[in-house]
Amino acid sequence: MELSTRTFRVTRADLVRYAGASGDFNPIHWNDRTATRVGLPGVIAHGMFTMALVGRAVTEWAGAPDAVVEFGVRFTRPVVVPDDDEGTEITVDAVVKEVTEAGLTRLDVTARCGAEKILSQARAVVRTAG
Amino acid sequence: MSLDPSFVGRTYPPTAPYQVGREKIREFATAIGATEAAHHDPAAARALGHPDVVAPPTFPVLITMAASQQIVDDPALGVDYSRVVHGDQRFAYTRPVVAGDELVCVNTIEEISNRGGHAFLTTRTDVTTSAGEPVVAVWSKLVVRGES
Repeated sequence: MELSTRTFRVTRADLVRYAGASGDFNPIHWNDRTATRVGLPGVIAHGMFTMALVGRAVTEWAGAPDAVVEFGVRFTRPVVVPDDDEGTEITVDAVVKEVTEAGLTRLDVTARCGAEKILSQARAVVRTAG
Repeated sequence: MSLDPSFVGRTYPPTAPYQVGREKIREFATAIGATEAAHHDPAAARALGHPDVVAPPTFPVLITMAASQQIVDDPALGVDYSRVVHGDQRFAYTRPVVAGDELVCVNTIEEISNRGGHAFLTTRTDVTTSAGEPVVAVWSKLVVRGES
């Protein structure tokens, strides 16, 4: 399995679109006043949006949109998304930890925003044969 | 903030069925930038052996997050939702969610702990079709931050 780095640009517009599609309208994901009032540096991405982007990387590596058997993450650091056209960037990498006889591949995933890791214990199991 | 550990093991009544729509899957896939044909084109999904378009892996959270309000809103448990932060999220799939599914959630409280002034609540949501076929099990760990 070719595990080349995946990069995702995230802007405020992406957060608004994700809020609408997911139904998660928590204002910390679109309103700076609310975000700073609760002690955040600014508007942050939905954790589940970050996880969805990691999911895209995993399905692209696996080569099939229906290949994921298990997928889990721990959210350790918020992804701050500035109110400009550039937004921010998330990079996703993985290493193969195990390939089972049952045709499953276990991946350890790393997701970063800048130099900082934003997830821990990010793991996926994908079906690679059968 | 602390939560009563005696709630561990409590299971809530099944939620009302959720109808998974083709357009909802397309909308969600578009919002996360997932362009694979099987998320958008029923013929491409059928070529992979599915009856209709396939949802991306994190799509079930739309259903389980709404379903787990049952726990968050349980007045006996007393979660202060304004102090909730998402800690962990995990999915174990029997098969992917597809358009046309009618899904029912059963919520169980798996773990409660109180440390350092914060409360930690792990819920498991078993998602099945309304006919009882298992689809995906979803775990969420919520952190209820204490007053500082």
